[in-house]
Amino acid sequence: MTTLFTILFDGVAYGMLLFVLACGLAVTLGLMNFVNLAHGAFAMTGGYVCAVLVNQSGWPFFAALPLAFVVSAAIGVALERSLYRHLYTRSHLDQVLFSVGLVFMSVAAVDYIMGSSRIFIRLPAALEGQIDFFGVGIGRYRLMIIVICGLLTLALQLVLARTRFGSRLRAAVDDPRAASGLGINVPQVFAFTFAFGCGLAGLGGALSAEILGLDPYFPLKFMIYFLIVVTVGGSSSITGPFMASLLLGIGDVAGKYYVPKMGPFVIYTIMIVILIWRPNGLFGRTAAR
Amino acid sequence: MTAQDDVGYHARQQARWRLSEVAFWVLVLACALLFPSRYLIMTDILRLALFALSLDLILGYAGVVSLGHAAFFGIGAYSAGLLALHGIVPEPVLALFVAGLIATVVGFLTSFLVIRGVDLTRLMVTLGIALLLEALAERFSNITGGSDGLQGIEMQPILGLFAFDMFGKVGFFYCLTVLFILFLLARRIVHSPFGLSLRAIRNNPLRAAAIGIPVNRRLIAIYTLSAFYAGIAGALFTQTTALASLDVFSFEKSADLMLVLVIGGTGYLYGGLIGAVVFKMLQEIFQTITPQYWLFWIGLVLVVIVLVGRPRMHRWALWLPNLVIRRFAGRKAVVAVPERDGP
Repeated sequence: MTTLFTILFDGVAYGMLLFVLACGLAVTLGLMNFVNLAHGAFAMTGGYVCAVLVNQSGWPFFAALPLAFVVSAAIGVALERSLYRHLYTRSHLDQVLFSVGLVFMSVAAVDYIMGSSRIFIRLPAALEGQIDFFGVGIGRYRLMIIVICGLLTLALQLVLARTRFGSRLRAAVDDPRAASGLGINVPQVFAFTFAFGCGLAGLGGALSAEILGLDPYFPLKFMIYFLIVVTVGGSSSITGPFMASLLLGIGDVAGKYYVPKMGPFVIYTIMIVILIWRPNGLFGRTAAR
Repeated sequence: MTAQDDVGYHARQQARWRLSEVAFWVLVLACALLFPSRYLIMTDILRLALFALSLDLILGYAGVVSLGHAAFFGIGAYSAGLLALHGIVPEPVLALFVAGLIATVVGFLTSFLVIRGVDLTRLMVTLGIALLLEALAERFSNITGGSDGLQGIEMQPILGLFAFDMFGKVGFFYCLTVLFILFLLARRIVHSPFGLSLRAIRNNPLRAAAIGIPVNRRLIAIYTLSAFYAGIAGALFTQTTALASLDVFSFEKSADLMLVLVIGGTGYLYGGLIGAVVFKMLQEIFQTITPQYWLFWIGLVLVVIVLVGRPRMHRWALWLPNLVIRRFAGRKAVVAVPERDGP
């Protein structure tokens, strides 16, 4: 029974992490219809920024986290303005080729600068070890992840649903032409959203170094996971990707625990079955965009 | 002349062998005789060309984007390896065919998953299938040798006559023969009414369906055929290198393949062949500059190609040949790349 709770807890933490990593992609891929396979590269950037600040410059972990966000978002907005923006109207094939090219470049560049071995971020002592909660061992680090990611999710949902910017974004996504006709600066909204998504990915990358492992091949290894979150979750709201990441996180942790030899086999099978069953995702709109 | 005769006439005109095509194959044969010390890398190019040809069949002619074409390459590679290792089909040509058939069966079964849904779903499903097979190959390491790969494969002489030699001469001519035969087959297919209907589907599936083309059946057929080609390419890989390892399924392999095809251009069959030559040369150059970080330059090439735009790039590449043709043949340039993607 306690193992079940531990698996559930770890799975939720893992899923929350995946959500923060992938929710930027939900916007670019799901809403702007841009196949951005390079999303993991922004996450990796955040992770390495955090690692360098904490390990080499001696910054406290919690001060390095916002900076990971800022640096990834800055790189994101620079790339969006200079490169991505020209490709919104291109075919999916072009978008795939472009973003795969970016992934390859980032992998090699990070390998060159930081070396190819896995990197660990030195954690503050307060985050190490476990708390005993009615006999269930709860990792402090994972608890912190759940708290941070949970708050972020709530904030995102509020921003999207309640603020003026949220309604602008939703309008721009639903019908860019009508939205720009109403005076909404659609490219600006997209650029800002793209940058914010990249920043979240960077934050997720910094948080995930401890759990997923951080090495130059991070964008390639976890690309499929981000894509699963978005395609399975659908793109009509952020609730879909959120549920999908929780499912994926719990499924992956449980799969590794109960059928360790089958590895990622379970996840891929489930993904293919779901996509065949509902090509627009579990929680997606039925009409193809 | 009825409309049907007219269409048939133009199709036959299109399908005629042009001088440039003959020149291309003569050049290939000349390379084979001119550089006897480079058989190994040239064999590598031929295998890649065949693999790219298989992707061109679905991407260039049917407009199906696949991120997991390495799946069939891997199946062909492991099939050929296992057939030779356990002595089930010791004769290489027969084994090649059997490995191709195994890939065909898998291609046929997965084609039902791929034809559903739009581009994005297709990308995900093809990618998922390749990753799934990689995970399977890793799981059943007692059969596949896990991350060490299949070891100790010993190839029998081809047709019992030509033994594989150290310098790769036999392997090279073996690959060249297979590539040429399969190329002829592909050329025949894409110029047939079947091939024409595929192009109609690529340009507009809805309209194709409206004029009575069974879209799904055609897509299943071409996807299956493409899997056969990829399987043969994989089997050639195993037979000429006596090696099959897990990375035959890897994502990088599928991504490299797309780069090959994009360099060469899609939809005229020679794209994969030319792209394979250019890609291998680029790879050689980058690997001599920075052995460890050549991936960066490959990525840069991809980004630049997309930003410049593929049609424009091919116009640049064809500027010189077209100039020569205009100057010396005194007529309008005939070399042009039909460059249109699916919707």
